[in-house]
Order: sequence, then C-alpha cells, then structure tokens
Amino acid sequence: MIKIQDLHKSFGKTEVLKGISTTMNKGETIAIIGPSGSGKSTFLRCINLLETPTNGQIWVGDQEVTNPKTDISKVRERVGMVFQSFNLFPHKTVLDNITYAPITVKGMAKKEAEDIGRELLKKVGLADKEQASPKRLSGGQKQRVAIARALAMSPEMMLFDEPTSALDPEMVKEVLEVIKSLAKSGMTMAIVTHEMGFAREVADRVLFLDGGKLIEDAPPAEFFSSPKSQRARDFLEKIL
Amino acid sequence: MSLDFTQITSSIPYILQGIGVTLKIVGIAALIGFFLGTLLAICKIGKVKALAWLADIYTSIFRGTPLILQLLLIYYGVPQLFGIQVEAYIAAILAFGLNSGAYISEIIRAGILAVDRGQLEASMALGIPYGKMMKDIILPQAVKNILPALVNEFITLTKESAIVTVIGIMDIMRRSYIVGGNTYRYFESLIFAGFVYYIMVVVLTMLGKLIEKRMSRSD
Repeated sequence: MIKIQDLHKSFGKTEVLKGISTTMNKGETIAIIGPSGSGKSTFLRCINLLETPTNGQIWVGDQEVTNPKTDISKVRERVGMVFQSFNLFPHKTVLDNITYAPITVKGMAKKEAEDIGRELLKKVGLADKEQASPKRLSGGQKQRVAIARALAMSPEMMLFDEPTSALDPEMVKEVLEVIKSLAKSGMTMAIVTHEMGFAREVADRVLFLDGGKLIEDAPPAEFFSSPKSQRARDFLEKIL
Repeated sequence: MSLDFTQITSSIPYILQGIGVTLKIVGIAALIGFFLGTLLAICKIGKVKALAWLADIYTSIFRGTPLILQLLLIYYGVPQLFGIQVEAYIAAILAFGLNSGAYISEIIRAGILAVDRGQLEASMALGIPYGKMMKDIILPQAVKNILPALVNEFITLTKESAIVTVIGIMDIMRRSYIVGGNTYRYFESLIFAGFVYYIMVVVLTMLGKLIEKRMSRSD
C-alpha cells in the first residue's frame, strides 16, 4: 500500500528525517512512536505531502507521491488524515463538515453525501449531533467528527497524527474505541501516538523513531517486551 | 453674529439630494474595493512571487499618495493620455474603488493569515482544491474576524468621499457649499453637511454591529 524509500526532510538547516525506508501493507495498523522531536509527526505528514520531503521517494499504491507530476489532490483523496487539533471547519455544522469534501471534491450528490455522513455519525456515536456547531462539542466528540469527516471520502488509508494528545484524559477512550473498531474493519492505518497501551493492543507493527531515524520495526509484543536497541529500552523505561 | 438655520431651511431638500450621490459612489467603490482587495490579498499570500510583488507595489502606490491626487489624475489624466473623457462619477468611483482596494487587501491579508493553519491543512488533506478552500473555508472565517476593520474602512470611505466635490460632483459637500454661497450662510450649511455625514456614519456603524451580532450568533 505504502512504500517509503530513503525519506529525508530538513527544515532549514535542521535535518528532521535522516533517511527512513519502510513499507505499510494493506490492512495493517502501524503505530509510530518515539520521543518528542524524533520526527514521527513529520514522517506521517510526508505521506500525504503536508510536508514536502527534501529527498527520497514515497509511493501510495502505484502513485509516486514525490513525483512532481503526480496530482497530489488525487493522492489525498485516497489517504484520510486526522489531526491532533481536530481542525473541524468551525463555521459549518457537523454534517456539513462531513459532506463538504465528498460533494466538492468527488462531485457526490448532496443527498448521497448526507446519507453517508449520517451513517458515519452513527458509527462514531454522534447521530444526534448532525446539526450542532463544532464549537459546542467536547474534544472527544470533535475528534470523532474529524474521523467521520476523513472516512466520508472513503479513503484506502488513514493517517492519525497524535489523535488523543489534545484531549482531556476522560475523553481519550471514546476516540481510541473508534480507531480500534476501524482497525478491526481492516482499514490500513498509521498512527502517531503516545498511548502505549493502545499501540500494544491494536497495532500490527510498531515503528520506533528516534533522532530522525527508524530504529526499530517490530510487532508490539516483541517491541514492548524485548526491544533490541538501547534507545528503545531507554524510551520505554522513561514512559512505562 | 448668530447661527440662524432658518436661513437655509428651504435649501435642505437640495442638500439632502446629495445623499443619493454620495451613497452611489461609496457603495459601488466599496464593492470594487472589496473584490479587488480580496484578489490582491490572495496574490499577496499566494505562491506566485511575481503576483505577490505586483500586489505589493500596487498597495504601496495607492497607500503612498494622496487620494485627492489619485482622483485628479484619473479625472484629468485619463483624457490627456487616452483622449477619452471620463465622467466625473466614473472617475470618482474608480479612484475610491482602486484606493480602498489597496487598504482592504491589507485587512483581508491579515484576516487570512489569522485563520488557524490547521484549517488549511485539513482542507489540503481532504483534497479540496485551493480556490474552493479559499472561498468556502478560509475567507468566510477571515471575513468574520476582520468585520470591524472592514466597517472602519467603509466609514472612512463615506467621509472621504467628500473630496469628489473638487471635480464638480454634486454630492452633499458640494451642495452645502453652493447653498452657503447663495445664502451667505456657510457656517449653517456646512454644519448641516457635517450632521448628514455623521448620521450616515452612525447608521453604517449600527449596520456593522448588527452583522457582527448575526455572525457570532451562528457560533
């Protein structure tokens, strides 16, 4: 599904990603973890080109994202993204947030988009909020709407950039539940997260980044019980 | 020496007819200014360096020279350059529209930049094309934030429109001046003109507040 080869990214003189290569298979749930500043968010944001890689190649399916000739909007239609800060459109209702992109980008009929939107709202447990303004929702509700909004484009893959980091503790669970059920449905997902319990339970693979490099790539059972590298051991010791 | 407004009472309807003239110029100029300002603002924040540069130069020139000079240049300069007579009305609307476009572009630019960057990223991530993102996502949020500044600009425009009197347009200002000349009561007629402008500005302010309230109610 995703193939990444020797990905480099610099901001000015600071090199944040120093050559990362990996693949993500269809249906896999991948947790990306690492200390802050390790480049994990930047890594994720390179996949749909919210950050432009300085060097290296990324393929989404058979489309090379890093090829200047590729129509990046077409790639972004296939890759949904959920942000730490939700980024709902504050001037639109919950339902309009969800239907806007399918109608505008895919040319879907309004009625069809709304049917899909309502279905998705039901799925994330917010069927009664369709006419609400995002400003009236709690953080957890906002994030569930954001997930529904991304899913409305029927993406082949979802990227989650620290989806629970901006939430009050009591709201983390409701969001993780939604993501978990998504993983079970076979969605391909990459999740940057600090929720180690969640990563251990849901992920098929854990990518451990540190200092802009991919240090470990292992199934969670293996990574959490017997990390190979000293850096991963130090990291786990600090947080667990 | 005493103030005697009864001396100009019979001329009041004549002065009031100038309101329509002033409103016409200000209204059309404000529309031109708003669309031109939006366009310039989008050029300024866009990726095409040449357009951003042009928009900056434009703003710099129209903000850096007196409005009355721009008005006179258009009114007297265009016939000299192109051999076509510009109607005073058109010259006034053009001068005010082009001038306020420069100011409004800065207001809108600031408004766009104040919109949370996450809105842009969320739009991009959904594959929403740039134009539609600007029109449906970014600008509606920007305009809401800058509404007070926009109302301020329209108030300035209304008052500054008084300078069209120099190219002979029969606006409130010129009519009061004429009445003053005919009755030898300059003070009364000018005070009355000031009163009319003030009422117009007050109405505009209230309208702005009303729109602001309506917009925040949708929150």
